[in-house]
Amino acid sequence: MQLKVNKQSRTFEGDPQMPLLWFLRDELALTGTKFGCGVGLCGACTVHVDGKAVRACAISMSDTAGKSVTTIEGLSPDGNHPVQKAWRAENVPQCGYCQPGQIMQAAALLAENKKASDAEIQETMAGNICRCGCYQRIFAAIKVAAKEV
Amino acid sequence: MKNRTQAIIENVSRRNLLKGIVSGGGLVMAAQFLPTMARAEENLYNTGASGMPGGAVWDPHVYVSIDPSGTVTIVTHRSEMGTGSRTSLPMVVADEMEADWAKVKIIQAPGDEQKYGNQDTDGSRSIRHFVQPMRLCGAATRQMLEHAAALAWGVSDSDVRAQNHKVVHIPSGKSMGFGELAVAAAALPTPSMKSIVLKDPSQFRYIGKGKVSITDLRDITMGKATYGQDIHVDGMKYAVVARPPVVLGKAVSYDAAAAMKVPGVIKVVMIAPTPMPAKFAPLGGVAVIANNTWAAIRGREALNVKWDDGPNADYDSATFKQGMAEQARKPGKIERNEGDVDAALAGAAKVIEREYYIPHGHHATMEPPAATVRIVNGKAEVWACVQSPGGTRGDVANTLGLKESDVTVNVTLLGGGFGRKSKCDFVLEAALLSREMGGAPVKVVWTREDDIQHGFYHSVSYQHVTAGLDASGKVIAWRHRSVSPSLMSNFMPDPKRESSLELGLGLIDTPFNVPNLRLETGEAVAKTRIGWFRSVNNIPHAFAMQSMVGELAAELGRDPKDFLLEMIGPARIVDPRSTVTGGLWNYGDPWDTYPVDTGRMRAVVERAAKEAGWGKKLPKGQGLGIAVQRSFLSYVATVVHVVVDKDGNVSVPRVDTAFDAGYVVNPERVRSQVEGAAVMGLSLAKHTLITFKNGRVEQNNFSDYKVLRIGEGAMNVNTHIMAHGIDVPSSGVGEPGVPPFAPAFFNAVYAATGKRIRDLPLGNQLSA
Repeated sequence: MQLKVNKQSRTFEGDPQMPLLWFLRDELALTGTKFGCGVGLCGACTVHVDGKAVRACAISMSDTAGKSVTTIEGLSPDGNHPVQKAWRAENVPQCGYCQPGQIMQAAALLAENKKASDAEIQETMAGNICRCGCYQRIFAAIKVAAKEV
Repeated sequence: MKNRTQAIIENVSRRNLLKGIVSGGGLVMAAQFLPTMARAEENLYNTGASGMPGGAVWDPHVYVSIDPSGTVTIVTHRSEMGTGSRTSLPMVVADEMEADWAKVKIIQAPGDEQKYGNQDTDGSRSIRHFVQPMRLCGAATRQMLEHAAALAWGVSDSDVRAQNHKVVHIPSGKSMGFGELAVAAAALPTPSMKSIVLKDPSQFRYIGKGKVSITDLRDITMGKATYGQDIHVDGMKYAVVARPPVVLGKAVSYDAAAAMKVPGVIKVVMIAPTPMPAKFAPLGGVAVIANNTWAAIRGREALNVKWDDGPNADYDSATFKQGMAEQARKPGKIERNEGDVDAALAGAAKVIEREYYIPHGHHATMEPPAATVRIVNGKAEVWACVQSPGGTRGDVANTLGLKESDVTVNVTLLGGGFGRKSKCDFVLEAALLSREMGGAPVKVVWTREDDIQHGFYHSVSYQHVTAGLDASGKVIAWRHRSVSPSLMSNFMPDPKRESSLELGLGLIDTPFNVPNLRLETGEAVAKTRIGWFRSVNNIPHAFAMQSMVGELAAELGRDPKDFLLEMIGPARIVDPRSTVTGGLWNYGDPWDTYPVDTGRMRAVVERAAKEAGWGKKLPKGQGLGIAVQRSFLSYVATVVHVVVDKDGNVSVPRVDTAFDAGYVVNPERVRSQVEGAAVMGLSLAKHTLITFKNGRVEQNNFSDYKVLRIGEGAMNVNTHIMAHGIDVPSSGVGEPGVPPFAPAFFNAVYAATGKRIRDLPLGNQLSA
């Protein structure tokens, strides 16, 4: 089967039930997409599939056939997507592990609705866990990024 | 391994507090063994760093290198798990040596405590133990560069000065860049301690400013930062392990053939369990090794392992809680005794008795544990997210029967640590499996279910507090019984009560100004692996003591903040060393540097209250609560504002935390730690619950092990750092924000609703 990852065509011939997560991480070495829970509960593996935020651990390779996947590595060629810039301006990360997933979720949210209300931001981001507890800064960074997208 | 275990254990006892370990030889010196005069000259203070394996090292030849282009490379030897120490310690070196931060590169040290000094990144010690050695290191580097320039120019050292990445000849104004001086400076011997002059703090450009972002910030936002789970080594295989659901259980049978049928599975390997005390040895089980993680996971699902659960199969949280309660209700072993509690209680006008319970908790780092090991020609190479690179090196060597010098531990970033990654069981699994594969690189991946079901759990605890009041409402007696299985069960057979290390975590060091005070422990034996979790026993101790203070204030109709200050008593040094029966463990640090100072404790209470607008009128269903705790030698008070709706849902619109960690090196990272501690504290208060049934953990994943999510509260945390000069010793930052949160929160819930919660977590207790 064929799919696109960060605009490049890729072929996959393994177990069609394999989650996209392991194809990205083990086969393409795109390890910016993090393994957190394996069952779509923490958001660490959030990527964009045809522009929508999707948990890479909860979508099988067979369901990505013909689709276009964007990972954190492909979000911006120079790492200067407004969400990435806002994350740096607000010094959001502590350990940093969940942040690619947070950023991908936030970027998808703002792409869909740059006027998202505070409640909409929190509701959407509630699927992304941060154990370091950076929520206050994640929220602040999204508000900053919303002005630029 | 023996030495490290001994060091951990001996740290518990006070007899080792002043015993030092000098690391390395030649130019490497432990900062604690400064000649008295030099120490006086430099205004350095003693810390417990010398009591840790490897001690403290400050030699620039170990830590700093400069290339001819002027790039300064500084080694960071502690693990980065989110506190920022990987940035903050090199920043101290850079400032002292007058380097331009934009020209500094940071590299991570491998595990080698002989060379780098202690690397055990826990106990909130990185800044506390290394701000001074890193200042010395930077100052020594600066003086070597200055001396190299003076020699080149044939002038006196006193005529040259390092300034912003170059050395200037003051009379003439000519200068040489650090890069030009690099080779000559590196050839110089390290200056003697006596000759080192530290910068005046008014000249700091980075230290104390909070303007330097973490070094990995850009990589993190681009997905380029590498954690233990992210390691790729050529030819690497992937493994997952089916571990016994009950600690000390054994696999009786399993279907290796079925696992081998899964495409991509290469091998099925049995790992033997290790009897307790197992330190950090693997739990044992059945490993499946495959060409990718997914195949390994599918192979494990096919194993159909039958287990003999062994002696811990009867572990049941509900039954265990009853046993702890019974222990807590009868006289225990006396750990600290002042006055005559029995007589005071007998003569009290009123006696108030309360019990508090905190269940097991689990770290649930966002990155589940992972490690990769390769063995080539009798030398092992490790890549892992470990808090203890030095200890890991020894344990891997021991496990594989190698010399430590034949083991290299490369430290990745840690996707959270909180104490879990101090225990290197997951690395030892990878080491055993690599050996099974003839030394081929093997990455062991823990899934979230593995992580939640096979952890080193925050200990369950039961606290029973009895207070006696006289007719005027003064507290004249305080009897506190603490029951909790000890984490020392990893290191010694069947300890039956909290060790002095655990009691020192916020119980027997209490400064409460009560004339008759008795602190006791009851018996409880661990039936699972107990591990230290961010701030450890401070959590139950602070919860019980600070909740009880709130309860007494309510009973007496007193303002909770005023009453708390009265319990703390006047500003003074409280020295319980003579009344603590088993020795006071002061976080492994010298008493004279870090005594119990109630003046500082009062100050954080006052500050947090002031910033929160303590005393203001709030609408019905809202309340403020306050709590304070000295932990990791820092003083932290928190005021939590709660809003409780008619359905019993609690939100937290505002938190004010006053934080006294002595001299603060990186205020921006202190704020991030305090914000994170509020989230973790609220998570503990509302959700954290690990329970055992038939010896098994009942929770599996984030579906049933709940952690705080965005929007649940603690989104408006205001950190108030108490300002101190550099003469006030730096103390812990990573952990001390956690302990006061839960009691402050429940004191606020009481203020809002009149309901007192004594049994954690909150769950739906307010809606029932």
